[in-house]
Amino acid sequence: MSGNPIEVAVRVQGLSKNFGTVQAVRNVNFSVSPGDIFGLVGPDGAGKTTIMRMLAGVLSPDAGSIAVDGVDVSANPEQAKLRLSYMPQRFGLYEDLTVAENIFFYGELFSVPRTERIARSKELLEAAGLQAFRRRLAGQLSGGMKQKLGLICALIHTPQVLLLDEPTTGVDPVSRRDFWAILYDLRERGVAIVLSTAYMDEAERCTRLALLHTGEIRLCDTPARIKEAMPGTLLAISSAHPRFLREIIAGKPGVLGTLLMGDRIHVRVDDPARRIPELQILLADQGVGIADIVRAEPGIEDVFVALLGQGNKS
Amino acid sequence: MFERLSVMLMKEFLELKRDRWAMFRLIVPLIIQVLVFGYAATFTVYHVPTAILDLDQSQASRNLISHFVATGRFDVVDVATTQNALTRDIDHDQAVLAIVIHAGFNQDLENGRRAPLQVIVDGTNSNTALIALGYINQIIAQFSADQSGHAAPFRAGPAMPVTGISLQTRTWFNEGLDDRWFFIPGVIGTLTLLQVVSLTAFAIVREREVGTLEQIMVSPIRPFEFILGKTIPFFLIGLGDIALVSAIGILWFHIPFVGSFWVMLLGASLFLLAVLGMGLLLSTFSRTQQQAFALNFFFVNPFFILSGFAFPIAAMPTFLQWFTVINPLRYFLVVIRAVFLKGVGLAVLWPDLAMMALLAFLMLTISVLRFRKSLD
Repeated sequence: MSGNPIEVAVRVQGLSKNFGTVQAVRNVNFSVSPGDIFGLVGPDGAGKTTIMRMLAGVLSPDAGSIAVDGVDVSANPEQAKLRLSYMPQRFGLYEDLTVAENIFFYGELFSVPRTERIARSKELLEAAGLQAFRRRLAGQLSGGMKQKLGLICALIHTPQVLLLDEPTTGVDPVSRRDFWAILYDLRERGVAIVLSTAYMDEAERCTRLALLHTGEIRLCDTPARIKEAMPGTLLAISSAHPRFLREIIAGKPGVLGTLLMGDRIHVRVDDPARRIPELQILLADQGVGIADIVRAEPGIEDVFVALLGQGNKS
Repeated sequence: MFERLSVMLMKEFLELKRDRWAMFRLIVPLIIQVLVFGYAATFTVYHVPTAILDLDQSQASRNLISHFVATGRFDVVDVATTQNALTRDIDHDQAVLAIVIHAGFNQDLENGRRAPLQVIVDGTNSNTALIALGYINQIIAQFSADQSGHAAPFRAGPAMPVTGISLQTRTWFNEGLDDRWFFIPGVIGTLTLLQVVSLTAFAIVREREVGTLEQIMVSPIRPFEFILGKTIPFFLIGLGDIALVSAIGILWFHIPFVGSFWVMLLGASLFLLAVLGMGLLLSTFSRTQQQAFALNFFFVNPFFILSGFAFPIAAMPTFLQWFTVINPLRYFLVVIRAVFLKGVGLAVLWPDLAMMALLAFLMLTISVLRFRKSLD
C-alpha cells in the first residue's frame, strides 16, 4: 500500500445495495489512501456506478458505511461533500454557459475564494489544453473537451477525494492523455482517486485495483500482484487465423482458458513445459503448421477472464 | 446559505440572458393570448344568421322583423317562402335560427288575441342557442310592449307579461354586462398558471436530464437552496406575467381596476407560490421532459376547466366541485375578479387568500420532501 498506512482517505465497510430483487452491490469493503489511484474494474452491470454514487452521497446504501477523511457520508453529508468531488460518466455542464462561467459556478457552489479560484482555474485550463476555449459555450465543445471541462469543474475546489465514474469513455486519445496527466499530478499532491473503468489498459495505470463482478469484489490488490495471482501460465500464439486456432485449442487437456487478442491468442495452461510441445504437435496435426508459442506477461484482462472463468466453473 | 443561493440565481439569470429567444417565448405568446381572449372569449352573440318565413306579410309581421334586425344581434340571411326552404337553411348551416310568422299574426294582434310565433333554433351549439333565445324573449317583450303602447327597458330579462309585475333590474359592478370584464381578469390567472407550472417543471426536469442536478447535489448546496434558486426567477416571471396581462386588460380593454394594488399583489404572490409548488411537484414525478410534458397536459387542463374561468363551479357535479377545492386558480379567480371589479378587500377575500396560502404551503412542502427522494 502506498502512502502513510495510518491515513485513510476513503473507508468502505460492508457496503450493500439492492434494486428490487437485484443485488447490485454485495458486502463491498475497501480503503483508499491519499495518493492512491484506486480502480474499480469490471464489466457493465458489475456495480461500479452504484458504488460510485453511494460514495458521492447521491445514493443511500442499504447496509454498510462510507467514511471520507473520517467523515461519515450518510451522517454528515455536507461536510463529506466539501471533501470530495464526483464526476459521473457524463458530467453535468450548463451548455448555455461558457467554459469560464461553468468553472465559476462550480467554484462558487463550493465557496472557493476568488483568488484561489482564478489561480486554480488557470492552472487546470492549461493542463487540460482548454485555455483558448474559455469563452466558448460548453455546449459547443467536443466530447473530450467537455469531459476535461467536467474534470476542471470537479477539481476547482481541490478535493481530498476524487471520484471518477468511467471518465474517459468516448474520449479521444489526446484528451485521454491530458486527463491522465492531471490525475498523476493530483496523485502527487496526495489526492485519493477512485476511478471506475471498463478499459483494461486504464486499469493498469491505477496503483490499486478491485476486480468487480456481479456486485462483489473478487480480487483487490496492486496490478502487479493481481497479475501474479492469475492461476496458470500465459502463452501467446501468433497466427493469421486466431479464431480457428482458438477452436482447436480450447478445451484440450491442460488448457485453462483462451482469449482472442487481435492477431494472436492468449492460452492459459497449467504446466507450460509439458503443454507447449503438446500444443505444437496438435497444431501441426491440424495442418496449421509450426506455430510460434511463447510465454507472455499477463495483462489485467487475462487475470479478469481467468478469475471469472473460474467463478463460472465452480 | 446566501452565497450559494445567489450563485444559483446568478446562474439562472445568466442562462435566461443567454437564451435569446427566452424573452420572446415568455412575452409574445402571452400578449397574443390576452388579445385573442379579449376579443374572442365572449358569450355575447352578434350577427346570428337567421332565416325568416313570413306567411302573414302584414304591417305587424314586417314590424316584428325590423325589431329583430334593429338589435344587430340577428342577420337575416334568407327570406324563405316555404317551410322546406327554412329546414334546408338550418340543415346546411346557412341559418342557426328560423322565425316563422304564421298567417293571421296581424289579425290576432289587432283582435287582442294571443298571437303564436314559432322560433326554431339549431341546438348543436347549445350555448349560442340559449343566448339567442334570451335575446328573442327580450325582443318579443319589447315588441309586445310597443304594440300595447308601453315602453319597457331593453335589458329587461326574460319576457314578462305586459301586465302585473314590472321588473326593474340593476346590475352591479359591470353595468354594461360586458363579458370582457368577466373574462380578462380570469385570463390573467389562467395564463399565469399555464406558463409558470410548465416553466418550473421543465426547468428542473431539464437539469435532471442533462445531469447538472446530480452534479449540484454532490456539492454542499442543500436541496432547499437549490429549489429556492430555481423558483425565485419563475416567481418574478410570474409577477411580470400578471403585471403585463393586467396592464393590457386595463389600458387596452379598459377593464376597470377599482380594488387595492396590495391585495392584488398579495393574492398574486400566494397564487404564484401554489403554482410553483405544482410545477415542482410535477417535476419530481418526471425523469424526462417528455414525461413532464405529458403530466403537465394531464393536470393543467383540468385545473383550467375546473376553476370557474368560464364554467360556473356551482353547476358542476359534487365530486368535481370537491376537486376544485385543491385548485389554486379557483381562489385566485375569485380574488382577481373581486379586486378588479368589486374593489373589496381582505375583510371579504381572506378565506380565498388563506386557502391559497394553505395550498402553497402543502404543495411546496410535499415537493421538497419528494425532491429529496427523487434524487436516488
